[in-house]
Amino acid sequence: MIEKKIAKSIKLVKKGDQSAFEDIVEHFQGKVFAICFRMVGNKHEAEDIAQEAFIRAYINIQSYDENRKFSTWLYRIATNLAIDRMRKKKPDYYLDAEIQGADGLNLYAQIPDDGVLPEDEVESLETQSYIQKEIMELPAKYRSIIALRFIDELSLKEISEILEIPVGTVKTRIHRGREALRKKLRHV
Amino acid sequence: MKCNNEVIELMHQYLDGDITGNDEEALRSHLRSCEACQTHFRELKRTVALITTNVDLQPSADFTNKVMAQLPKEKKRSTVRRWVRIHPLVTAAAIFFILMSSSLLSFWNQDHQLSYPKGMNLVVENDTVIVPEGVTIENDLEIKNGNIKINGEVKGDVVIINGENLTASAGSVAGEIEQVDQMFGWLWYKLKNLTEEVFSFDE
Repeated sequence: MIEKKIAKSIKLVKKGDQSAFEDIVEHFQGKVFAICFRMVGNKHEAEDIAQEAFIRAYINIQSYDENRKFSTWLYRIATNLAIDRMRKKKPDYYLDAEIQGADGLNLYAQIPDDGVLPEDEVESLETQSYIQKEIMELPAKYRSIIALRFIDELSLKEISEILEIPVGTVKTRIHRGREALRKKLRHV
Repeated sequence: MKCNNEVIELMHQYLDGDITGNDEEALRSHLRSCEACQTHFRELKRTVALITTNVDLQPSADFTNKVMAQLPKEKKRSTVRRWVRIHPLVTAAAIFFILMSSSLLSFWNQDHQLSYPKGMNLVVENDTVIVPEGVTIENDLEIKNGNIKINGEVKGDVVIINGENLTASAGSVAGEIEQVDQMFGWLWYKLKNLTEEVFSFDE
């Protein structure tokens, strides 16, 4: 039902109806933003990239092939922008070098659990920012895969299409990323 | 099966939904007997849950508006086209009205000269059309941009546009005398005439 509506909106946008693009933004903004956020780890920047992604999608809508999944196409634009942004920010480093440490952990472990503040919401916000912090410790190429895999639960094949890397590589990176996060998050 | 990378690999395959039936069975039976692997597996599943359930990751409320405001301007052609598609009746009415009024307006602008029907024994003095005594006009009489003075007889209606009726009591008009001074009055008169014609054709 929603897919049909989106497909119709895409057709309208292709014909030049700009207002139909609003439905598309409305429908995908959450996922696109979340994927960008997972990759760059900063709300402001993630929103910036997500907006840019939608604008580029609009401008290049004619090159979208309607026989393929729109989300795949849109996420590719978004992840490419996010990857570019990350490259400009700081150099990549390797996963293996990162695994031994649980540096950030102590700080959080020291927060006294005295039952005054820890409402569920506050706690979950704190947990979430801790999780994001740990994800940010991963190299960019793992972050993009983790974003795609765990935000929209995309299949390995779709991820390989979006990032234009072989399915085997996607698999390996998911496994390593998941393993690394297991070590970082097991005390949460 | 030993607690090595092979088992861990199976766990990942399982979590990716990418495991064969045999492998899954092997993994299950190993997990039943190996506590270390159970813990490992539980931690992996928990990690997935932690990084998946993140529903409160939402952009700001005006995200859509911000995007829409930054899009390049739509081509005019399609704005018009969409408008036509959404309001076909209004568009048709508007086009009709524009064509009608422009043709009538150009008609109005064209002649500011005195005009009157020719060949009816009418006399013109300056900007006054005179129906001389003893002359009988069988039809309607329409005078534009001039006055009229009827000394004879008119059997039809008399219409004076942008002028006055200077008729002395001696003259007689069988039909109505209509005086139109303003442009809108004139337009109204034209439209009324048109409607009357249309309906008389219908009959």
